[in-house]
Amino acid sequence: MRFEDEPVPGYPLPILPGHTSPGRFERVLRAGGFAVTTELAPPDSADPEDVYKRARVFDGYVDAINATDGSGANCHMSSIAVCALLTRVGYAPIMQISCRDKNRIAIQGDILGGAAMGVCNMLCLTGDGVQAGDHPQAKPVFDLDCVSLLDIARTLREDHRFQSGRKITFAPRVFFGAAENPSALPHAWRAQRLAKKVAAGAQFVQTQYCYDVPLLKAFMEQVEALGLLGKVFILAGVGPLRSAKTAEWMRKNVPGMHVPDALIARLAGAQDQAREGRNLCIDLIHEIREIRGISGVHIMAYRQEESVAEIVDRSAILQGRFPWFPGRDGAPIASQRTAS
Amino acid sequence: MYAVRLWSVRHARGLNAFYRGFERCLSRMHGLFKSIGYARLERPVAAVERAVKGALFDCRMCGQCVLSSTGMSCPMNCPKTLRNGPCGGVRDNGNCEVKPDMKCVWVEAYRGSERIPGGVQAMSKVQFAVDQRQQGRSSWLRVVRELNPEPEAKPAPAKSAAAPGKTGGAP
Repeated sequence: MRFEDEPVPGYPLPILPGHTSPGRFERVLRAGGFAVTTELAPPDSADPEDVYKRARVFDGYVDAINATDGSGANCHMSSIAVCALLTRVGYAPIMQISCRDKNRIAIQGDILGGAAMGVCNMLCLTGDGVQAGDHPQAKPVFDLDCVSLLDIARTLREDHRFQSGRKITFAPRVFFGAAENPSALPHAWRAQRLAKKVAAGAQFVQTQYCYDVPLLKAFMEQVEALGLLGKVFILAGVGPLRSAKTAEWMRKNVPGMHVPDALIARLAGAQDQAREGRNLCIDLIHEIREIRGISGVHIMAYRQEESVAEIVDRSAILQGRFPWFPGRDGAPIASQRTAS
Repeated sequence: MYAVRLWSVRHARGLNAFYRGFERCLSRMHGLFKSIGYARLERPVAAVERAVKGALFDCRMCGQCVLSSTGMSCPMNCPKTLRNGPCGGVRDNGNCEVKPDMKCVWVEAYRGSERIPGGVQAMSKVQFAVDQRQQGRSSWLRVVRELNPEPEAKPAPAKSAAAPGKTGGAP
């Protein structure tokens, strides 16, 4: 879809009625589009070009790019900095906020700062434990959890107040999201947990990898039974598995990762396992998009980011849409800026 | 102790019923507590509370007890101190992501909540951010004071700061 007022880098879009952010991502979802998001792994570098290089891989294929916040408890460039760099040229980033590394004072400051730099979407996460990453000797903070964080974020936006009650003069106009893992125990309570997040302020949800479609279906039925479908946009997490061996490894070592044996057998039986991994991802996307209440997919392709384009292309999930990216409409960024 | 903690979850229903009675008794002692002075009572009561709840639940004395909403499984034993449900990292055997040999505190909480009438609903209420200043203080005394509000008491300040006691319930 094309909006008549496509973005000019550095300038916010007008906020449409019923929207909370001036962002493109919220517009695509509220307009009923099947949204595609992906994940940018922030570089271990202080060079902005490293960020732009990683973003350009997705040009024209995704509606928004998540900038992870020390994912897997590993140290990288911060999410807020990656997002600030991306918004400068007009990308629609989703800033991730993890409760592991910062207390409520730092987090609220980041929400204001991120919004000031044009970040329109923020994903509120608990975060992986420090034991999972490259600094297991670090002190885990966890002053908040993802639900109390959502509550505080919404209070900032709606009530124009910090958690302390102190007023802010200009509220962050941000579309807030949360994560969920339909494959993790206790299965019977996962949808309730989502309901809690929605009650606390989650407007969209990106799930962990969903390789087990029946589990996702059961989860979505519960979500529907709880009456959440109109209240939150759900993007299912998918991703290509590089080989049967990687799948085995991820299942064992990545927290909350659930890969059914049948999928691993399918990969193991293939000649070109990497290609079969992408085929499998495309098949999953086709299955998932038929599930009621799914508004999009979140494609996580860590260290094989270039495969996102192929997956989006071959699965035809964009249905002819051509998401905006800097320079899409021919005009160089500088002239777009002067044009407005 | 870990084994006792699991026992407490298995007996969540009984413990919750006992606490309800205990809370009523405590509440009636408000006048007495007031005459002695809450400030003076804080240390001895907190010490008793720490001993009893420490033994039963591995209580961490967050001072804002929510055990009735968490099936008698203390959420502060979660390595991420989550107070609103399990994270996405629960292992397929129901154990913790961070401590692989420990049952997930929240998988246990769900089990315990199923045993308490209305427990699952209670677990589904949003718990607001903890007030870290309450760490080490008695939840019991706080609950008694909340049940017997002083007429001249100042109105509750911020929503998030006042809410935990009301949504929780403190064994």
